[in-house]
Amino acid sequence: MPDGSLSRPPARQEEATSIRPLRGLDLKVQRQGALLLDVPEIAIDGEGLSVVMGANGAGKSLLLKVLAGLIAPSRGRVLWGASAPQRRLTLRLGFVFQKPVLLRRSALANVTYALKAAGMASGAVRERALAVLEEARLAAVAKRPARVLSGGEQQRLALARALALEPEVLFLDEPTASLDPASTLAIEEMVLRARAAGTRIVLVCHDAGQAHRLADEVIFMHAGRLIERGPAAEVFARPKSRQARAYLAGEIVL
Amino acid sequence: MQDFGGAFLEAFRLLVAFDSDLLAIVGLSLEVSLTAVAIAGLIGMPLGALLAVVRFPGRGACLVVLNAFMGLPPVVVGLVVYLLLSRAGPLGVLQLLYTPTAMIIAQCILVTPIVAALTRQTVEDLHAEYAEQLKSFGIGPLGSIATLLWDGRYSLMTALLAGFGRATAEVGAVLIVGGNINHVTRVMTTAIALETSKGNLALALGLGAVLILLAVAINALVMLLRASAARVSYA
Repeated sequence: MPDGSLSRPPARQEEATSIRPLRGLDLKVQRQGALLLDVPEIAIDGEGLSVVMGANGAGKSLLLKVLAGLIAPSRGRVLWGASAPQRRLTLRLGFVFQKPVLLRRSALANVTYALKAAGMASGAVRERALAVLEEARLAAVAKRPARVLSGGEQQRLALARALALEPEVLFLDEPTASLDPASTLAIEEMVLRARAAGTRIVLVCHDAGQAHRLADEVIFMHAGRLIERGPAAEVFARPKSRQARAYLAGEIVL
Repeated sequence: MQDFGGAFLEAFRLLVAFDSDLLAIVGLSLEVSLTAVAIAGLIGMPLGALLAVVRFPGRGACLVVLNAFMGLPPVVVGLVVYLLLSRAGPLGVLQLLYTPTAMIIAQCILVTPIVAALTRQTVEDLHAEYAEQLKSFGIGPLGSIATLLWDGRYSLMTALLAGFGRATAEVGAVLIVGGNINHVTRVMTTAIALETSKGNLALALGLGAVLILLAVAINALVMLLRASAARVSYA
């Protein structure tokens, strides 16, 4: 974790209730008898970018969705700051899904929709949305239907839309899983800018290269459990757990 | 056979000449059915979307009833509306029996379950895709319903179209509550039934042709709209 300890100024909303630390206590998710997630304790706090790694089915996406309040755990609880997840605070946590969920509207309308949902005054929405698209280098396709954009553009739009709401914490679920190197780079640049601006980021990824480029911290999961967590350099150089060792070795060879 | 061929010719003549009787009947048909479908859309779409988005005890039973009501027999609906609107009925004071309004009410009852059930299906599919994203935007159930209806608007035209087809094609309900009064409540289907029984096959055939042409034209229009929607709105 980097030592940048400057705390973020309260966002535009009326109340400045922080959702950090984001905590999960005794989290268990069970489906049809199978224990899909079993995390006794996890806290997301401070600054920087955590990369969650692990094989398919390790519970990475599930952990993010549970912490984001999108899926209720079978057991245990999630805390955003001092309170349970609640609608009033959801906009302080951004979520970009592996397959971008874009409304069947123009790229611009996708951003204005989110800004309006955040309660921005309607006079300012359009201008702000255009600025957001400009920053994501999507200004040229602002009027195009979001669904006919290329995969890279779609994911940039989903990320830009999430960042437009200035979330305190941003969850990214394999945002570059099916993108080419140029699109991946564009996404990574946006992510790094957001991190520099103080957004706490948690990113699920399979790509060891990407993890090396972005991670301040690595969280390694296996079979629904949190196996290892530590500073990126340390985990990459000397993974403590057998699973992380095997996984990282495999990844690098591939 | 002679009669049949002659009837076709006469029907064609009536159509080409824009026969005023025929036009009046077609006009009233459109007015009644379009109004009924519009009202059914206003009721059925939010209702269908609500059933798609909100989980509540008894929802399953609601869906069963709704789907069953898609196939309501028009004569039964006509009978019930007749009883409600008849002089001795609870709504008799309104004096609506044998008016176009009564026909609109009856068709609306027929069409609303169709629109609602088809909307429910469309919106539920869309909701499966949108639910988590909307939740992360802090959008509540009502906001979700509005968003889903708007984003599903092109698919939902099919629901309205199905409702319109049902409304223009049915004869039982409008006959009972409208009475098939010339120049007042005579629509295409009731006119066809009457003219056929009178042996006036030309007018009946002409009306039948209009009915079918109308169905084809409206389907084509909706297909065009959907095709352009696919181009501009989502791939």
